Amino acid sequence: MKAQTLYDKLWSSHVVREEEDGTCLIYIDRHLVHEVTSPQAFEGLRLAGRKPWRNHSIVATADHNTPTDHWDEGIKDPISRQQVETLDANIKAFGALAYFPFKDLRQGIVHVVGPENGATLPGMTVVCGDSHTSTHGAFGALAHGIGTSEVEHVMATQTLVAKQSKAMLVKVEGQLGRGVTAKDVALAIIGRIGTAGGTGYAVEFGGSAIRSLSMEGRMTLCNMAIEAGARAGMVAVDQTTIDYVKGRPFAPTGETWDRAVAYWRTLVSDEGAVFDNVVELKAEDIEPQVTWGTSPEQVVSIGARVPDPAGEADPVKKGSAERALQYMGLAADTPISQITIDKVFIGSCTNSRIEDLRAAAEIARGRTKAANVKLAMVVPGSGLVKAQAEAEGLDKIFIEAGFEWREPGCSMCLAMNADRLEPGERCASTSNRNFEGRQGQGGRTHLVSPEMAAAAAIAGHFVDVRTFA
Amino acid sequence: MKAFNQINGLVCPLDRANVDTDAIIPKQFLKSIKRSGFGPNLFDEWRYLDHGEPGMDNSTRPVNPEFVLNFPRFRGAEVLLARENFGCGSSREHAPWAIEDYGFRALIAPSFADIFFNNCFKNGLLPIVQPAEVVDQLFREAEQSEGYRLTIDLPSQTMVTPSGQSFPFEITAHRKHCLLNGLDEIGLTLAHADDIRAFEAGHQQRQPWLFV
Ligand code: SF4
Repeated sequence: MKAQTLYDKLWSSHVVREEEDGTCLIYIDRHLVHEVTSPQAFEGLRLAGRKPWRNHSIVATADHNTPTDHWDEGIKDPISRQQVETLDANIKAFGALAYFPFKDLRQGIVHVVGPENGATLPGMTVVCGDSHTSTHGAFGALAHGIGTSEVEHVMATQTLVAKQSKAMLVKVEGQLGRGVTAKDVALAIIGRIGTAGGTGYAVEFGGSAIRSLSMEGRMTLCNMAIEAGARAGMVAVDQTTIDYVKGRPFAPTGETWDRAVAYWRTLVSDEGAVFDNVVELKAEDIEPQVTWGTSPEQVVSIGARVPDPAGEADPVKKGSAERALQYMGLAADTPISQITIDKVFIGSCTNSRIEDLRAAAEIARGRTKAANVKLAMVVPGSGLVKAQAEAEGLDKIFIEAGFEWREPGCSMCLAMNADRLEPGERCASTSNRNFEGRQGQGGRTHLVSPEMAAAAAIAGHFVDVRTFA
Repeated sequence: MKAFNQINGLVCPLDRANVDTDAIIPKQFLKSIKRSGFGPNLFDEWRYLDHGEPGMDNSTRPVNPEFVLNFPRFRGAEVLLARENFGCGSSREHAPWAIEDYGFRALIAPSFADIFFNNCFKNGLLPIVQPAEVVDQLFREAEQSEGYRLTIDLPSQTMVTPSGQSFPFEITAHRKHCLLNGLDEIGLTLAHADDIRAFEAGHQQRQPWLFV
């Protein structure tokens, strides 16, 4: 048999039927649902008199609109509240395998909640009306974001209409240096291939540096695949994957577990499998990254300076860089380490898992937030992450350092709730998008790792965590 | 869904690369539980000078005269001409909903983000990929000649400039069929319900742990 990529295997094991032009019906195993992109889909079902094909494929939670403080007061914004209540009502009416509503102990960001409950398993097709669904590819799953029409389509038919993408391998060999995280790897890759570099591809991340990442790190990396334009990112299954899944609430047990593991171990690209494109990076070359512009590809290492658009030959790129500098209120050639910040956000589906919080807390321990930093907030990815962090005393470390310790949710990653930047405010953020207005209209976002964000909170400006004593 | 056959539409050139979905429709408008009415808030942060919130009367808001969509000569445009990686960012279908609701029927760019591209077809919008040189030429022509229109013909998969120059474009047979007939994809898929059931039964035998 022809050598197959991991993506080939995941794809071909889910094809229900194929048309002449290559358009396929793909079976969907797990459908993650949140309040923002689902109401119109449920409404569509209702109008057409349809029911979910298999409501036990659905795992839902409310995350985008939920507040991160004063939970006793509920959701104050009436429009946000209506959206969350609409999800409550829809799940009640249509059913689900599990629903973690607002204030539930297991509530949280959908891409944190799925894996930690074992609702994301290797070999699955996972979809969600959210582009960062690529996160779940960390488990050797085929996972990608879909639009609301597709949410409705999956609910009604358990399938998606799709064509197989091309396959890309991004290989990172070597050992990551101290203070260099999965987030830095993700940003370095995007810096290399650009935000459209992965368009039309399903990307597999491989190489020794990837294999040595924890599941949390792999999720961070796959989460950012969409920022490189790739709908799906994935990492082959290995012992790390299996160890993480074992014992989670929705993971198989007993004899079924053994059978599942035997199958999951086949979820790797075969020796000699051919990719349409291969990109290679050396782990040793990757340094802590900081974005300077309004696209994740506008990124440099901490030791660098803000680039000068004058040096850009491509006129479209040059125009983007000029506009970005203007929006960001930055002058070309400013050393990154001299950029002062107003706020710090540690959270989002990219970097809000326990490992991220531990790393940030390690930096914050025994130190104090700089006076010019108005707010440094830590938003755990889920109620379970929060509980774990509190059991380890991380909340106290943050609070003693002058950070705010919040309730779980998407929060200032996209500022749909009350957490946002004011116009002109500059933020060191562990989230995934530095688009104009993403964290609040006129807000200026610099994407960094949790360690780098915590260090910036202490120093008041960006600083190299590797030399931060 | 609105069917798409042929249009002769005014072209509006939006000369920015990497236009993301947060720019197309800012998040505060995502709180709606409806799928219509997003048009007035398309490109909200670029189009208006104040901060927009849902429920505002958009007709009384100060508009940004420097934003291309507000130029009188592009009023009523049906074709949005854009740069590379248009629609990058989130999967929000509110982006194509807003573009469609505003009145656009087709988009032309050197490249689109995958999820956005896919979402367009579900909403009667035709995204057309053209080589960068062609897009450059169209930008020049649309900016230079007022009232610049393109005839976009889906059956023959061509777009024709006012001077008669014709460019072919690609589309999969499946998408073309759905767009031409304004078909509801769910209905089409459910015609294969037996295939889905058969697959599901086999899948459950092979991987029973997926069916808890
Ligand atoms: S944390 Fe941010 S990127 Fe992730 S799902 Fe929430 S809003 Fe989207």
